[in-house]
Amino acid sequence: MSQGDQLSLKTAEELAESIDTEKIDSQRRYFLIGATTLVGAVGVVGAAVPFVASWQPSAKARALGAPVTIDISKLRPGEMLGPVPAWRGQPIFIVYRTPDAVERLEQGNPDLADPDSANAAQQPGYAQNAWRSRRPEIGLYVGLCTHLGCSPKYYGEVAPEPFDPNWQGGFFCPCHGSRFDLAGRVVKGVPAPDNLPVPPYQFVSENVIVIGEDEETA
Amino acid sequence: MAEAQEKQSRIAAGWSNFIGWVDERFPILETWDYHMVKYWAPKNFNFWYLFGVLSMVVLVNQLLTGIWLTMSYVPSGEGAFASVEYIMRDVEYGWLLRYLHSTGASAFFIVVYLHMFRGLMYGSYRKPRELLWLIGMAIFAVLMAEGFFGYLLPWGNMSYWGAQVIVSLVGAIPVIGPDLMEWVRGDFLMSEITLNRFFALHVIALPLVLVMLVFVHIVALHHVGSNNPDGIEIKKNKDANGVPKDGIPFHPYYTIGHDLPAIVAFLFVFCAVVFYAPEMGGYFLEKPNFEQANPLKTPDHIAPVWYYTPYYAMLRASTFPLFGLTAKFWGFVVMAGAIVLPAVLPWLDRSPVKSIRYKGLLSRVMLGLFVISFIILGYLGTIPPSGPATMLAQACTVVYFAYFVLMPWYTRVEKTKPVPERVTMR
Repeated sequence: MSQGDQLSLKTAEELAESIDTEKIDSQRRYFLIGATTLVGAVGVVGAAVPFVASWQPSAKARALGAPVTIDISKLRPGEMLGPVPAWRGQPIFIVYRTPDAVERLEQGNPDLADPDSANAAQQPGYAQNAWRSRRPEIGLYVGLCTHLGCSPKYYGEVAPEPFDPNWQGGFFCPCHGSRFDLAGRVVKGVPAPDNLPVPPYQFVSENVIVIGEDEETA
Repeated sequence: MAEAQEKQSRIAAGWSNFIGWVDERFPILETWDYHMVKYWAPKNFNFWYLFGVLSMVVLVNQLLTGIWLTMSYVPSGEGAFASVEYIMRDVEYGWLLRYLHSTGASAFFIVVYLHMFRGLMYGSYRKPRELLWLIGMAIFAVLMAEGFFGYLLPWGNMSYWGAQVIVSLVGAIPVIGPDLMEWVRGDFLMSEITLNRFFALHVIALPLVLVMLVFVHIVALHHVGSNNPDGIEIKKNKDANGVPKDGIPFHPYYTIGHDLPAIVAFLFVFCAVVFYAPEMGGYFLEKPNFEQANPLKTPDHIAPVWYYTPYYAMLRASTFPLFGLTAKFWGFVVMAGAIVLPAVLPWLDRSPVKSIRYKGLLSRVMLGLFVISFIILGYLGTIPPSGPATMLAQACTVVYFAYFVLMPWYTRVEKTKPVPERVTMR
């Protein structure tokens, strides 16, 4: 621009004419558009982090999920304690199995989907046995159906039931008809895909259980 | 006499000055013309063309009563259930506001389902209305989510376990499912935390989206023009002034002559339900929901509100694993597929004609079977599962999907009737 040039405003038409379209470096232009878009997208993702993360369980929710101590001295064989709002507020079933029931569990059942508790996610290692528990007679299970999370009902007796004339005792979910044995193992051909989960737990004395904590997590 | 006339003309002049002032600053006359007096609607609209405007009436009812309910409702685990009782018993006309809102929810789905059925019958999803249809499907999806989130708010036992079941569906997604479920709930189980976020979504996030989508739906409709029972494009046949020969001004012909009486008639029926049968025998408001949410006790029989039951029945109809994936996951896929599949209708329908009036026998039979299966599924979703009911649900699910999946075939092979040049007034 020479000294003599007046700083004058051009009309849009003049401006458009003055641009030499041949001289536009389109490669440079696309690079700049691409780079700006990319940086902008990274910024949007970054800004989304607090919004997405705020949906995670809060510190308060996690604190309320702390281990719970339960005294089972009043529980008698054949009975179930619960559902008790133990550990993470989930209903926990504590069953006291009769010697007959323990024997039936040990005998095995060809109708079970996962008789050997092969799915390790459903129980800690110490519950990967015929009773899915630390002690053969005492079983602890999260009382939420692995199908869609209804709370199954306890039918402890060996007796014909409307949903199974050959019922051997266990849990029945009224929502969609899933059935589990007294060790929370799911029967084949029902909507529930997995056995009832066993929460981490340990006995701190003969009759006192801490739910939500074991040797590994304590 | 002359004095009164003079007064009137001065008012008219004042009014037009005011409109003129506004119009210089906002395109009010242009907008009015474009959407009302110069929006050329086909002259052969029938009964089925009432449900669009009726869904807008219900939307306004939901927004208005919803805002008022928010004034007395408490979104907390301790207070939610009690605050709904407070609204019902202590708030002046609280019962009416709540019944208008709860009945409005059911009415919304009734009119929207009929509105969608109209689209199926007359091929309203066909070119050039594909995007209009997709926006409508988005409205439908948001509406379902809105109803779902709202249903948790009374914090009754059915609210609680119904929401638990639906949120658990997310857990069916392989690998990330369980973590995702925790993220949605914000807790290890359904809790006050979940209630609070559902409240936020129900009263602000989704209504905003819904209103924006409805606006966009109308913008798209007025751009492409309305379809009609004959499925004839009226824009192809215009007079010297560029006005479609088969079009009439939307206002006042349809606003005053068609929609207003329909709205009055609709409100009569709606109010009859609000005043005399707001619970509708447990279908609009379910009985277990009169008991507070109890995280330890599932109601004996869980059923969603009636407008979700067709999809719920399809979810339950999936009872066997397939290709190494669980029955639970397939249930989720079937349900999601049933909701999403209508969105691709514009590309499934290969018929040379749009309206069922000129389609062949196969299309009519398939549409009939589709409606019957949808109604049967809706019923099956309300009753407890049993062997025969599940088998019937499976059969109906197959019919439901066949309507869509086989459409490219049956719309092409059937013999269609010739479509007239101009719309018919039958």
